[in-house]
Amino acid sequence: MVAAIETTVLNCWFGSLQVLKDVDILVERNEIFGIIGPANSGKTTFLRAINRLNALVPSYRQTGLIQLAGRDIEEIEDTVLRRRVGIIFALPQVLPISIFDNVAYGPRMHGIANRSTLEQIVEQSLRRAHLWDEVKDRLHSPALRLSGGQQQRLCIARTLAVEPEVILYDEPCSGLDPISTAKVEETMQQLKERYTQVLVTNNTKQAARVCDRCAFFLMGQVIEVAQTSVLFTNPADQRTNDYITGRFG
Amino acid sequence: MSGARVRQNIAFGLMGLVTMLVVLPIILTLWYVVANGIGAISLDFILQPPRNGMREGGIFPAIVGTFILIVGTMILSLPIGVLSAIYLVEYAKDNLFTRLIKLAVVNLSGIPSIVYGLFGLTVFVVLLRLGTSILAGCMTLAIMSLPVIITATKEALESVPASYREISLSLGATKWQTVRHCVLPYAIPGILTGTVLSLSRAAGETAPILFTVAAFYLPRLPRSLFDQVMALPYHLYVISTQVPNMPLSLSFATAFVLISLVFLMNLVSIILRAHYRRKRQW
Repeated sequence: MVAAIETTVLNCWFGSLQVLKDVDILVERNEIFGIIGPANSGKTTFLRAINRLNALVPSYRQTGLIQLAGRDIEEIEDTVLRRRVGIIFALPQVLPISIFDNVAYGPRMHGIANRSTLEQIVEQSLRRAHLWDEVKDRLHSPALRLSGGQQQRLCIARTLAVEPEVILYDEPCSGLDPISTAKVEETMQQLKERYTQVLVTNNTKQAARVCDRCAFFLMGQVIEVAQTSVLFTNPADQRTNDYITGRFG
Repeated sequence: MSGARVRQNIAFGLMGLVTMLVVLPIILTLWYVVANGIGAISLDFILQPPRNGMREGGIFPAIVGTFILIVGTMILSLPIGVLSAIYLVEYAKDNLFTRLIKLAVVNLSGIPSIVYGLFGLTVFVVLLRLGTSILAGCMTLAIMSLPVIITATKEALESVPASYREISLSLGATKWQTVRHCVLPYAIPGILTGTVLSLSRAAGETAPILFTVAAFYLPRLPRSLFDQVMALPYHLYVISTQVPNMPLSLSFATAFVLISLVFLMNLVSIILRAHYRRKRQW
């Protein structure tokens, strides 16, 4: 089976600063792939390389190959690539419009104008993001009135609304309380059947709870990739062991 | 009271005093103009052309002229200004050339208006053979308004959080869709403020219209874009300095009408701004 995402000798720079060094990562279909590591280890840069958000920074350069379902992403247009690879940012980033309009934003940009089609997409996306029951009676009230956890699930719904194959999460629970975090994690588990998910997190316990496999990044290099249970109980590298036992980072 | 508390009170007191010093002249000027001019304001003054060497009658042609000039200036400068600001902020690469252009735009807003007037005379009136006409006047005023509109629009666009653009792009929207649906709606209040500010200035300027459009005395209304018109600021200048035995109340009444017109424009922009703010939901 073709991997969902595969990077080969990926090197990234911002100006003269090399942020990623020879990164080889293979993400299987429908798995939740975790990326852990201390700050400045290149986790976010890796994520944003996959949907080419890094390219928005003028000083950004990159070499190596990134394949999405077996195809070099350089051959895929920005709009198509970002539709296929959705991203959830660290802090819930909702637009100052209604809940409905937030979820409908993507589909509308892709040319869907029919009201009932949009309503259908919005409901389905909110259901999949486990937010529907909480907001179904106030779809047209401002999204910014939702709690932080609800806003983050709204962002997930907004991403689902454009029907991606892959969802990237960039520390999605860093600003959330434990209960909201649990809900987001539960949502991720439910989304496994349909989507490939990559989770960057600073919270090693969260990685241990949610991910099938994990990679440990340090200073822009991949130190180790393993089944989550193996990585957290019997890491092959001393540095991984130091990090997960809290000796640094 | 502790020393810090005393120092704080002194500082606040000083700032309050300075604020009063700023506001007081504005209030006094307004009061002076209104008090001296209100007596001469009547329906005839607003709706009649001047008579008897402008010492009697009204200022209707000048009101219409200024109105035409403002509308014409807006039609010319608003799309050009907003579009070029969008280009500068959202599309242009950040290199020496764009930085030079941005610097030039900021500096252009500091050029004295008489320079714009002379520029309009040489380029629009003489070189392009438009003659002294509404078209030449509007083009001159538009050129003068552009730097302020561009700068205000640029700042309004830059104040829209970068995250809005990232959200939109990350959902697969194109660059233009992002600007159109995720940036512009939130920049409109700022753009409006800048536009009205620069149009208010254009409405009150004498120098740029002096050689390009303004008529000394033209009681009939303009028939085409190539006609001259009377305009309030120039009319005010003429009746205050060029006409002997001019009743002072007429000058003040003219000033009052000009100020009211500018105030009305600002009122419209405040209402529009409030309308767009409401659309943004917190």
